[in-house]
Amino acid sequence: MARAHGDHRGRPLVAITGIGVVTCLGHGVRDNWSKLTSGQSGIRPITRFSTEGLKTTIAGTVDGLCDAPYSAADLSAAMAEAAAHEAIAQAAIGESGAFPGRLIVATPPSELEWPHLRALYAAGSGEPEGGYARLLSAARSGTFGDMARHVRFASIAGRLQERFGTRGAPLSVCTACASGATTIQLGAEAIRRGDVGAALCIGTDATVHPEGLIRFSLLSALSTRNHPAECASKPFSKDRDGFVMAEGAGALVLEDYDRARARGVRVLGIVRGCGEKADHYHRTRSEPSGAAIIGAIRKTLDDAGLAPEDIDYINAHGTSTPENDKMEYVSLRSVLGERVSEVPISSNKSMIGHTLIAAGAVEAVFSVMTMQTGTLPPTINYDTPDPELPLDVVANVRRDATVTTMLSNSFGFGGQNVCLALSTEPI
Amino acid sequence: MLLKRTEAWITGIGLVSSLGEGVDAHWQELGPHVAPTINVDDAGYAPYSVHPLATVDFSRQIPRISDQRQMDRWQRIGVHAAGLALADAGIAGKPELLDRIDLSIAAGNGERDLVLDEHVLEAMEGHRDLDGTLNHQLATGLRPTLYLGQLSNLLAGNISIVHKAAGSSRTFKGEEMAGVAALEDAVRRLGAGQSELMLVGGALNAERKDLLLNLELGASLLHGGYRSVWARREVGGGMVPGSIGVFLVLEAPGHAADRGAKPYARIAAVASDRSARGPGEAAVTMRSLLEGLAPVVDDDRPLAVLSGASGVEPATSEERQFLQELKDALGPTRTYGSRLGHGIEAHFITGVALAALALSKRSFYPPSDHTESAADTGFACRQILVTSLGHDCGEALGLVEAVEERPRG
Repeated sequence: MARAHGDHRGRPLVAITGIGVVTCLGHGVRDNWSKLTSGQSGIRPITRFSTEGLKTTIAGTVDGLCDAPYSAADLSAAMAEAAAHEAIAQAAIGESGAFPGRLIVATPPSELEWPHLRALYAAGSGEPEGGYARLLSAARSGTFGDMARHVRFASIAGRLQERFGTRGAPLSVCTACASGATTIQLGAEAIRRGDVGAALCIGTDATVHPEGLIRFSLLSALSTRNHPAECASKPFSKDRDGFVMAEGAGALVLEDYDRARARGVRVLGIVRGCGEKADHYHRTRSEPSGAAIIGAIRKTLDDAGLAPEDIDYINAHGTSTPENDKMEYVSLRSVLGERVSEVPISSNKSMIGHTLIAAGAVEAVFSVMTMQTGTLPPTINYDTPDPELPLDVVANVRRDATVTTMLSNSFGFGGQNVCLALSTEPI
Repeated sequence: MLLKRTEAWITGIGLVSSLGEGVDAHWQELGPHVAPTINVDDAGYAPYSVHPLATVDFSRQIPRISDQRQMDRWQRIGVHAAGLALADAGIAGKPELLDRIDLSIAAGNGERDLVLDEHVLEAMEGHRDLDGTLNHQLATGLRPTLYLGQLSNLLAGNISIVHKAAGSSRTFKGEEMAGVAALEDAVRRLGAGQSELMLVGGALNAERKDLLLNLELGASLLHGGYRSVWARREVGGGMVPGSIGVFLVLEAPGHAADRGAKPYARIAAVASDRSARGPGEAAVTMRSLLEGLAPVVDDDRPLAVLSGASGVEPATSEERQFLQELKDALGPTRTYGSRLGHGIEAHFITGVALAALALSKRSFYPPSDHTESAADTGFACRQILVTSLGHDCGEALGLVEAVEERPRG
């Protein structure tokens, strides 16, 4: 069958037909978008656990979504379900509970948390050897089988597959803080190959717990400006001092564009291209020239058939760490040249914090809204611009602009760099 | 998903396990002309058993001590195996190829600091200020680099750093299905021209109590000493984890031919699904996956099988049912987990590696236990089916096929 709409290489166009999101600002696209474009911050003092003695005491937690006692696995799954439900409802795709495509989900580490370890330790008190022998003895009793879902990496994907009836084996992925973008890349590639007609792409992360916070704190990655909390995340500012951990989930329904048109659904945007390049320089730092980030952006433009001049706007990774924001600028300058200071750029993380594994998906949702509404969300706390990063940051208040083609960047520890090119529907 | 015949050539294999290091050592230990050996530790983690890694000098693939210190053992095992695969494929030390090789990796969690965990648990037990104690103990006791040792994608990250393999990098999770996904995505990308050169693999360090704890919570471990996979049902089933690092270099045939690389074998297809695991569902799903492979399966001879069965029930009995129902169509079955242990994320890729090795030798493995017939040892196969019926979820098949033209001799 002849294809009505192909991309510059004759591949199927990849449409975005549904979006859903949960962040510390709220639940749902409408609520989030209204707060995000009015410059509200969701960062606040942590109340989930005592922060006594910790350097960082703030985060963007998601509260009130999950009735069960907090655990990373349960809250991550609940947020992913909420975001996916919203995206599927908007796309109006498939029968209820029968999504006609593959599930691709990025999930946080699956591990026992301290309340679990303590419960096992207490239950194993009869074991004379102590330590892990006690934990294992409690596990052998068979009464803690319910805990297995926390340590099985496939469990969140399995729960989502069961709820939404996705086809085939779901994919669980991790490319650290680029994971959300990777799910979109995997979905777009599968549609282009013709393997699937649709994909449900989700990133979710709810790891604000003591050990999660302390790990990043020990890597000197977190802001320690705890007061006032809403002012801590200040991407591209001269006095930025680290990122703020946050929770959230983003979900997107991707579809073969021709199929979406044929069933008459509204197309929200197009995944024009994706690119990734691994960095082999260091576990947490980029190669100083930015070669790998530059490589990811160039591969994206090439994949999308775009020139640097085509880019109207950038949704930055913009974590607010000294290292990330500098390297993101250096790399964008290398690709965009002098235009780097003319293309508007925002970091959603100034308001929602860094949603880690979920960030690429959450920010892709906001990127779609940017193109849909012609509103560029602000980068708040941009009061002292870093003179070494001369960018057109959408400072503190939203801006109106027509965006037809844009980039969304996602970078992660372990040398992960992923970039997405998104655009409006072709006319 | 639609089945497509794929053309992914396996041009490099890196393998370390309880039986040794490298493909030659594994053929020596597993091939048809030797008395089978099994390296298993029944005592160190009793009542559980594990297959401990053979002695490996990691410094031969990870020369910088500072790099080794930044990794947990599962990462060292994987980075070492990846280095072996790159060397075997003739890619190591070639910056132009390394800069564009795409990484597709299967990983679970990193390793916890057991000493710290035990110390914190003990401190908290006798303390009233639980939150303050936990925060203080973690903030002063956690090594800053430990988190990087725990992140799933840092096996990939370390491979990029140590071997300079850095085209792109994706890590898949989900126990056995992680390995299936890593291989399936790689094969599909090669088939569609989305990549020409891929490094695919995974690693497991079985010798750690935090892993055993996680598996025991799901009642997935064999108790009471080693027995072969098919002999476990009468004692309740369970897996014996095995330390394994396995990596494959996969290549588009044209790319391999252009640089004169010879294949062990080709991956003709990977098919996967995830059933809900009601009684009998996994066996039905495996059967339907095999039916989907019919267009690429030779129908003029029996199909040899490398079973990835874990020993965990009821999954292993479902696999037995699947294999028995098809026994007329199937040739000899060998269960490599009986020899190497269960590699979880690395297990399926290990099966594909062993299939490619046997095809390149025009031979097949001897029985892994008395339930498997010795009649077909050395059987010259053209295709080998690799099964993966995950211990908790996920079903998959891989079909590996001899390459007649330009074989690796």
